[in-house]
Amino acid sequence: MKGRYTVVAAGLTIVLVATVAVSLATGPSPLPAGRAMRILLSPLPGLHGLAPQASEAEQAIVLNIRLPRLILALLVGAALGVAGGVMQGFFQNPMAAPSILGVSAGATLGATAAIMLGLNWWILGVSPVPVAAFLGALLVSVAVYFLSRRGGRTPITLLLLTGIALGSLCSAISSFILVRGQQGDLDLVIFWMMGSLANRGWPEVWMVLPYVVVGSVIVYAYSRDLNALLLGDEQAHHLGIPVERVKLILLVLASLLAAAAVAVTGIIGFVGLVVPHLIRLMVGPDHRILLPLCFLAGGIVLGLSDMVANLAGEIPIGIITSLLGAPFFLYLLHRRREYEF
Amino acid sequence: MDDAHTLAAEGIVCGYDDEDVLRDVTLDVAQGEFVGLIGPNGSGKSTLLRALTGILPLRSGRVLLNGQPLAHYTRRQIAQKIAVVPQLSGSIFPFTVRDYVMMGRTPYLGRLQFQRPGDGQIAQQAMTLTDVTHLADRPITDLSGGEMQRATIARAVAQQTDVLLLDEPTAFLDLNHQREIFELLKRFNTDQDMTIICVSHDLNLAAQYCPRIVVLKDGVVYDDGPGSQIISEQMVRQVYGAPVQVDIGPGGKPRVSLLPAGLEQGRPQP
Repeated sequence: MKGRYTVVAAGLTIVLVATVAVSLATGPSPLPAGRAMRILLSPLPGLHGLAPQASEAEQAIVLNIRLPRLILALLVGAALGVAGGVMQGFFQNPMAAPSILGVSAGATLGATAAIMLGLNWWILGVSPVPVAAFLGALLVSVAVYFLSRRGGRTPITLLLLTGIALGSLCSAISSFILVRGQQGDLDLVIFWMMGSLANRGWPEVWMVLPYVVVGSVIVYAYSRDLNALLLGDEQAHHLGIPVERVKLILLVLASLLAAAAVAVTGIIGFVGLVVPHLIRLMVGPDHRILLPLCFLAGGIVLGLSDMVANLAGEIPIGIITSLLGAPFFLYLLHRRREYEF
Repeated sequence: MDDAHTLAAEGIVCGYDDEDVLRDVTLDVAQGEFVGLIGPNGSGKSTLLRALTGILPLRSGRVLLNGQPLAHYTRRQIAQKIAVVPQLSGSIFPFTVRDYVMMGRTPYLGRLQFQRPGDGQIAQQAMTLTDVTHLADRPITDLSGGEMQRATIARAVAQQTDVLLLDEPTAFLDLNHQREIFELLKRFNTDQDMTIICVSHDLNLAAQYCPRIVVLKDGVVYDDGPGSQIISEQMVRQVYGAPVQVDIGPGGKPRVSLLPAGLEQGRPQP
């Protein structure tokens, strides 16, 4: 597996570079990919001469519109990929996704409330919707955790069922707010629930970046603990893992990653489910290898999906990821025999 | 520090919810002992293993590891001293046998350390001992019950602990594999002076292999001593409530035979 890991990592890096080049070149006013890359690199010290004939408009399109949106797509995809990988390991269930702890439902409730109540306080250039979505996602996942504690332990089945119950509760409240609202707000909420990176720029990048970077690094430091957790709580104990503390840390981090992602883009399905799955098929279940590759692959998948969404006339990206992800996932399920129990 | 007591329970009381499963258990296990822990279902055998490893909080009493209360150790330090083989182990995630055995090194690794020099060799030796080397690259999800149990014992061996606790390691294995596992334990015990406590439902296996037998009944130690003294028709009838005949088997060890309904009365008196 170790040799294969290097091959997969190298392959993904190449695909990432290609994704960057193609994605910066595509849009309403297309550029040759090489030219887009030269414009991308030209602001770096010593590389000024790279794009001498690029117009100011071209520079602005690549560096101020497409680049931040691409970086945001890569970051959000990476966050969803890593969060999904953690959740699937944590719940010892390859069907788990970041939404399992009610992150999506909580974010939706937060966003719905913010939109419908017409909240209008802006903080540091950031609209109230992502802030409310972020808080909603975190509050719900924290509530799921504490409602699942029994005598100092948090059994996995209990977390799972509590997540489903609280998720449904949040969805019901969201729906109630929705049916009481006005048509225009309703449209906003529905579009938010389908996810989009349209019109996102540097402010959103700076908002998400710290969570994704810090969250992913700390998660990685716990990747061996996660491997031990895959053998069950008791065996992890016997391997010297302080199980409850590690569980809490991993849940908080995965929720933070997913919450930060959906807060700025809205709900994006299937990335957190399919990406860890696919990578696990390629390199096996060792999280020390799996999680960094989920980070890379999640970014690539969302970068490419956003390009398709943009080309298709700015349709919500959640539609693209589910439209492509669901059939692919069905194919995986059909091919693998280990799910037949 | 008193080396005589590698692992000791002093009047421990613990259980689940409102119920005490262990009610005042005291037990001293010295370095190099091989103890068979027997008793009927619900007598507290697995609970005692949980208490001895500090997983289950005690309501009263204390557990001593090398003379120090267990509470003075971190989880990681305990895992460097006690390894546990559960009844059923595994994962639905397809780790290779080698990676699985390498997890036994977990208590020795730093947070960002992939593996230390020598870890590969330790895992390799553990796999050789338990005869799973030929399975090294197979996913654990493909193993048979006996192979999986041997891989888990290899993982416990790779943990390089003084004490090995096993919870019915042969429960789901056929005769030959039962024998293999107990032969292996016997070797660890005699060759490496490893302290072993093994829960068993099989009185004959326990009598055959474990020099010391501890009988649990209703959460207390009912009897404790050499197998030939402990295992008797009277003990089995009182503890398990089952009519048996005990005679002398091969190697001079007690042999327990269950008596079916018809034979119960007419059996020859010893």
